[in-house]
Amino acid sequence: MILFCRLVLLGLFSLSVLPLFFPPPALAQESPYFVAYDHYLEEPGNLEIEYFSTYGTQRVGNNFHAFWTEFEYGATAWWTTEFYLDGQTTFHDSTVFTGFRWENRFRLLKHEHFINPVLYVEYENKNGADKILKEVEGHDVESDFLVSNAEARKDHIHEIELKLILSSTFKGWNLSENTLAAKNLSNSPWEFGYALGASRPLALKASAKRCTFCPQNFIGGVEMYGGLGDRHSFGFHDTSQYLASVLAWNLPSGWELRISSGFGLNDNSHRFLMRWGVSREITGFGSMVSRLFEGRK
Amino acid sequence: MKAVAAALAVCTSFLAVSVVLAQSRNSGKPADGTGPNYDPAIYAELQKAPEKARNRANPLENDPDAVAAGAILFEQHCAECHGDAARGGTKAPSLRAAEVQGATPGAIFWILTNGVVRKGMPVWSKLPEPRRWQLVRYIKSLAGPDQAAESSAPKP
Repeated sequence: MILFCRLVLLGLFSLSVLPLFFPPPALAQESPYFVAYDHYLEEPGNLEIEYFSTYGTQRVGNNFHAFWTEFEYGATAWWTTEFYLDGQTTFHDSTVFTGFRWENRFRLLKHEHFINPVLYVEYENKNGADKILKEVEGHDVESDFLVSNAEARKDHIHEIELKLILSSTFKGWNLSENTLAAKNLSNSPWEFGYALGASRPLALKASAKRCTFCPQNFIGGVEMYGGLGDRHSFGFHDTSQYLASVLAWNLPSGWELRISSGFGLNDNSHRFLMRWGVSREITGFGSMVSRLFEGRK
Repeated sequence: MKAVAAALAVCTSFLAVSVVLAQSRNSGKPADGTGPNYDPAIYAELQKAPEKARNRANPLENDPDAVAAGAILFEQHCAECHGDAARGGTKAPSLRAAEVQGATPGAIFWILTNGVVRKGMPVWSKLPEPRRWQLVRYIKSLAGPDQAAESSAPKP
């Protein structure tokens, strides 16, 4: 429990203290998704710090609360790089640090098109106790989480994950389709998964006055995600599938809050997943780091 | 313990990449470290807007609130690079320059939608169309007596 508190506090501490050293935040206007990705990348030079939680129910075993902190940096207008730290608490068991991820997203085309492709490449170094469910792949099922944390964390996983993100924006709606292929770098087959998302701001026009509760600051939507088996057994059988509502609230102060309630669509899925998150974008992080080093010349 | 060490190593790499990229962006600056850090030819991107896009009229041309709403949007999303009064910053050019003020609303809307990704201007199609048109109204409202004094080319 102490570790749990430390990890949660680390995420929240980063969110609340780091911005003090940087220029004022920008309004994030992020997508509301937790699992699906759209084609929008972080603005160049900006750093976004995000803290997310997933509370999941578990039939037979113990419910869990998984959490992660993301540091998302816009390296260029066509490349966003992101670093994650993950952990989880299984009730009546323990709290463990479950690993880290390094994700990169590359915009493939110069201009906007009806469908916009983005290539996603991620390296994961995690243990078997990971429960953040940031993606569902292969034959991931609810019963995988029945193993105790002490046992599960002995299993070390080095994984490469590739995604093709296809995303369109039409009359205020964003429609995103992600296909996923993941390979455990030990001798395991390629596993597949998908995520679909649809979202829209509650108002398309901006208000002429600053406001916190205007509909323009809210983006609502749905996302659906699940596994598609592996190279030897492709398809929906023995996979878990989820449908979730999502809502994001972009505050004028630069903070963004997200919430999602998800439901398992078959017997292999967790019945209920509640997710929430808070993020803050720091503008000019790259320039600030640059100035730091220029001063020593 | 290995995981923590690996996490620290990745953090360090992350920081190093940030620094390298930040430095590379600053490499175009004059030796005294002042002056803009963007390609003055970026204005030419406005000319690349397809004719159909250039000829689009602003549907909010007669909306009395559009300029005020656009000003707030500008402050939230654009001022960091283009400067508080859109007079240009170290990362992006002035939007009061004749090239911008002389461009059609459709051409400015096209740039907002598509960005100039290879030159650092992000895509802003994540803002719904009406908000982009509100931004266009605000940018066009900046045309004024001091516009002629604005240099379209960055001063060294």
